Amino acid sequence: MKNRVLEAEGVVTGYGEVEILHGVDIVVHEAEIVAIIGPNGAGKSTFLKAVFGLLKVDPGRISLMGEECTNKRPDELVLKGLGYVPQVDNVFASLTINENLEMGAYVLSDGAGDRYERVYEMFPDLAGRRGELAGRLSGGQRQMLALARALMLDPKVLLLDEPSASLSPKMVGVIFERIAAINESGTAILLVEQNTKEALSVSDRGYVLATGENRLEGEARGLLENEDVGKLYLGT
Amino acid sequence: MAPFTQSLRADERAMRLLRSAGEFASGPGVWLAIIGVGTWAAIDRTDAFVVGIVSGSILALGALGLTLLFGVLRFAHFAHGDSMMLSAYIAFFVLTGVIFGERADTELLPWSLNDLPGATDRIPWPGEGELSFGYGLLLAMIPAAGFIIAVFLLLEKLVYGPLRRRGSGVVIFAIASLGIAIAMRSVILVFWGPSPRFYAPGIRPTTDLPFDVRIVTDQIFILFAAVGLAALVYLMLYRTKLGKAMRAIADNADLARVSGIDADRITSWTWIIGGGLVATAGVLLALQAQLQPKLGFVLLLPLFAATILGGIGRPHGALVGGMIVGITQEVAVTLGFISPGYKFSVAFVLLITILLLRPKGLFGGSEQ
Repeated sequence: MKNRVLEAEGVVTGYGEVEILHGVDIVVHEAEIVAIIGPNGAGKSTFLKAVFGLLKVDPGRISLMGEECTNKRPDELVLKGLGYVPQVDNVFASLTINENLEMGAYVLSDGAGDRYERVYEMFPDLAGRRGELAGRLSGGQRQMLALARALMLDPKVLLLDEPSASLSPKMVGVIFERIAAINESGTAILLVEQNTKEALSVSDRGYVLATGENRLEGEARGLLENEDVGKLYLGT
Repeated sequence: MAPFTQSLRADERAMRLLRSAGEFASGPGVWLAIIGVGTWAAIDRTDAFVVGIVSGSILALGALGLTLLFGVLRFAHFAHGDSMMLSAYIAFFVLTGVIFGERADTELLPWSLNDLPGATDRIPWPGEGELSFGYGLLLAMIPAAGFIIAVFLLLEKLVYGPLRRRGSGVVIFAIASLGIAIAMRSVILVFWGPSPRFYAPGIRPTTDLPFDVRIVTDQIFILFAAVGLAALVYLMLYRTKLGKAMRAIADNADLARVSGIDADRITSWTWIIGGGLVATAGVLLALQAQLQPKLGFVLLLPLFAATILGGIGRPHGALVGGMIVGITQEVAVTLGFISPGYKFSVAFVLLITILLLRPKGLFGGSEQ
């Protein structure tokens, strides 16, 4: 059995007085891709924000590599090996591609060193344009840059919030290929997606959330073949 | 029907023409006007143009601080002009040790910078010129900057920080900073009185420049100091990790947070750099004009005009905006329809024009 790198137990959170999650449990193992699927308003993105310390969890418990990390600040969490790519506005438009990567490694006191070249090797399209402003990139290229920025710290667990949103079908395929490649290098990925079929196709396991609660969980292949999931989210 | 259709087509054509004219006026037209008027002023009103560059460099320094504070902290710092004046008075205080009030001038400090050997001797300037002040004033800028930075950090801890954590809107921030501006002006009035003061007594030496231009030698120093400091801030913003983090927060504060950038630390540094700019700009302004309690408030309009003209949150925009406002103010006085005492109103006309033609400014800043 692989080690648990991220574990959330009974997570309750929301915005101000409005409670969105009512006790969600999710586990991610080492080098695994886990998808969270569910209808709009299920609380999928809210869960990622809570894990990353952007929303207060109370009650509930989150641990990273076995260490209690509930309600830690993002700058503390990135140093512990957690990365996060938001759904929208996920690049610094007025900074160059290289500066975006530098900001990804901001918390490193001794600089990014050879991390730039390692990341550029994974995203060769960006390597030739490193001096260009990120605001001039297309939607797909921005998503690549957002992933690249998050990889600058070699995260053990990467949280991805709808990486395929607003992309062309061709670009969706490319993004999921890159996600699989990132995972092959040893990074565990927790993925929130509306694009259910694609998400489950690249994932090892999946969770179905609805109205802020766990509804189903299991092997991704099993969920893909599940009749209820098919009817509700896959249109089959 | 035919005449009606023809008239409709004529209307459409007229509308298209108007739209094209509007797009031209708000796009290349603005730049052509700036270059055209600038070239004319440089040739025909050379004296005013040169003095305008000096005034513009001070405005540029103030606007650079204002735009940095807006970019990172997302509020219009209405206490900027009065902060400049307060730091100018602090420099005056440590230089002379003098406090003015209802009674006669009182030397409060037992020892001041002017007591240092040779501190009041005029600094020689390349050629045969000299500045109107000694090195004591240069030293006085350091405690003035330290004082205003401490005030800024204290205000961030006691006023702006708590307001930000409560999620207060821009109006609340504007009113709070306006209140602080009034408090600062009152402090100046209480301690140093309403009469104008000078850093150094006597006639100010002048320097002859090419094209029959003669300016006060201090103004050349002001230009070099302002441009030098602006260049340093620019290098800091584009070459250092701190500067890039400041630009990242100005661009997308939420993403900066998820990248692990410590917003509190960057906020403190923004106040420190903003305070340094404010203090230098304040002392240079007092050197160019004089120490006057209300000057900071009067300066607020040109400062905001320069910031908005260049594009709010755009450092290079603040530099260009400052120069344009400074030159326009000085050149407008030479046209004869405005008295020098009202030259700041030119900034108001520029402000309205740019808001109508290009609300995001010349370099596309925030519209908020």
